[in-house]
Amino acid sequence: MSSVKELENTVSQVRRDIVRMVHKVNSGHPGGSLGCTEFMVALYQNILHRKPGFDMDGVGEDIFFLSNGHISPVFYSVLSRSGYFPVDELNTFRLLNSRLQGHPTTHEGLPGIRIASGSLGQGLSVAIGAAQAKKLNKDVHLVYSLHGDGELQEGQNWEAIMYAAAKKVDNLIATVDFNGQQIDGATNDVLPMGNLRAKFEAFGWDVIDIEKGNDIASILEGMALAKSKTGKGKPVCVLLHTVMGNGVDFMMHTHAWHGKAPNDAQLESALAQNEETLGDY
Amino acid sequence: MKKYTDSGKKDTRSGFGAGLDVLGEKNPNVVALCADLIGSLKMDNFVKNHPERFFQIGIAEANMIGIAAGLTIGGKIPFTGTFANFSTGRVYDQIRQSVAYSGKNVKICASHAGLTLGEDGATHQILEDIGLMKMLPGMVVINPCDYNQTKAATIAIADYEGPVYLRFGRPAVANFTPEDQVFEIGKALQLQDGTDVTILATGHLVWESLLAAEQLHQKGISAEVINIHTIKPLDDEAILASVRKTGCVVTAEEHNIIGGLGESVARVLAINHPAPQEFIGTNDTFGESGTPAQLMEKYGLNAAAIVNAAEKVIKRK
Repeated sequence: MSSVKELENTVSQVRRDIVRMVHKVNSGHPGGSLGCTEFMVALYQNILHRKPGFDMDGVGEDIFFLSNGHISPVFYSVLSRSGYFPVDELNTFRLLNSRLQGHPTTHEGLPGIRIASGSLGQGLSVAIGAAQAKKLNKDVHLVYSLHGDGELQEGQNWEAIMYAAAKKVDNLIATVDFNGQQIDGATNDVLPMGNLRAKFEAFGWDVIDIEKGNDIASILEGMALAKSKTGKGKPVCVLLHTVMGNGVDFMMHTHAWHGKAPNDAQLESALAQNEETLGDY
Repeated sequence: MKKYTDSGKKDTRSGFGAGLDVLGEKNPNVVALCADLIGSLKMDNFVKNHPERFFQIGIAEANMIGIAAGLTIGGKIPFTGTFANFSTGRVYDQIRQSVAYSGKNVKICASHAGLTLGEDGATHQILEDIGLMKMLPGMVVINPCDYNQTKAATIAIADYEGPVYLRFGRPAVANFTPEDQVFEIGKALQLQDGTDVTILATGHLVWESLLAAEQLHQKGISAEVINIHTIKPLDDEAILASVRKTGCVVTAEEHNIIGGLGESVARVLAINHPAPQEFIGTNDTFGESGTPAQLMEKYGLNAAAIVNAAEKVIKRK
């Protein structure tokens, strides 16, 4: 277990990794990555019960699925900073012959990845299947997943949301990165999704809001509450209220940095705002 | 000529159901999923005998494919069951990303393929599924010819690690392959030895090809018949060995000639041993309502059509 201070230190380093990775190849998705950095760091450092090493089946440990695969920069940084593969490999992000593809994949054998994602809306179904496999295996560990809020516009999610409640998949905590932004603008402008809490509840889920989704202590508290709701016959949804681009002032509160890389000066500014705590890759 | 006897007409989907039931007893990791078509897919026995390993998904095929992919994580071997149309076209991207690209050990089992679905008509008669599936890197594509072979194939694919598309049909058709056969993925089966023309057939067209070979024999034409139950990986060697001997080929499938077995054969021949080829299949068209026999007649997918194609291709040598 890391202290809040230690987690915040890791967050600062992961933010640096994200902007440096994206800057180097002038492509990738910094906005959503930065918005989920606190969550991903807290998840991998303190929340998931993980075995040492990596095996695909993940029996006897909590497992995580990233459905909104475009935030691969934060996923890769957190996986490497959590020991799944050498930190230096972040240098290869989006380059030819890399295991760090633009969107996460099992295809290149990168430890820590259990499913390809990128084409949106598929991860919840996969997480449900993995959760049902855990039940068959009498494995009491949990399945966690992360989804974009805009991603919920994909219909497959609602098939999965209906199914998980009907089949009492109560060893699953699905978190929605509730930042209100998508590529073309605010979700409320592109396709308003109404009251997500009410929708999940109407489908039969337990729903928890983490209002301060970029605050480590709030995340730890909210996810502990979410965990306490598992095993009670309902799947659990966490609405994680985040700020897209969090931690880099000019990237915050806008969809503009969803899929855009900073230039040299912008990189310098972003790095100046986030201390190098664990050593750059 | 070898004699083949129909031991009594049976549907290939029942072969799937029987194979799945055997697997339920034999392999505790096998799980089954269905999108509201248990009866149509003949999955009743598995459901009855192994309810804890059966997942009723409801009418939500995309979710079914994703859940199947997830079930592999934890060591399960999922068999999904629905009609071929909903097993492929409806869920292509889910199969592509969550199963094929992710390298998951999912068996996509697809019934009611092709025209012989019959009266339901073109919305349900997919004639493009072989093409869709064979284009996915790493996907194995199998289209067995009768009840016994479908049962054997169902059992065999559980022992193969990786994604498989298993295609079968609705109507009762001749059951003529051995009951105790061991199914070998990718190994074409020579059913008739011949010298004048090679007939490469898959699925329901294999029996029709045997009938055609008999008719050709009566006309003094020696036809070699090979059952291509596995369209991918294709048994290049068996195909080339036969065509090198006969010098021409007819391919026969209940599928669009664009994207089907015939095109895969044409590629192998073009690279290795160019030879005249005729294609039995639907020609860039949708199907329609009718009885299976009427449809196979109208769209030229029966023994008579194969005989005509064989005579035509021999003249092109």
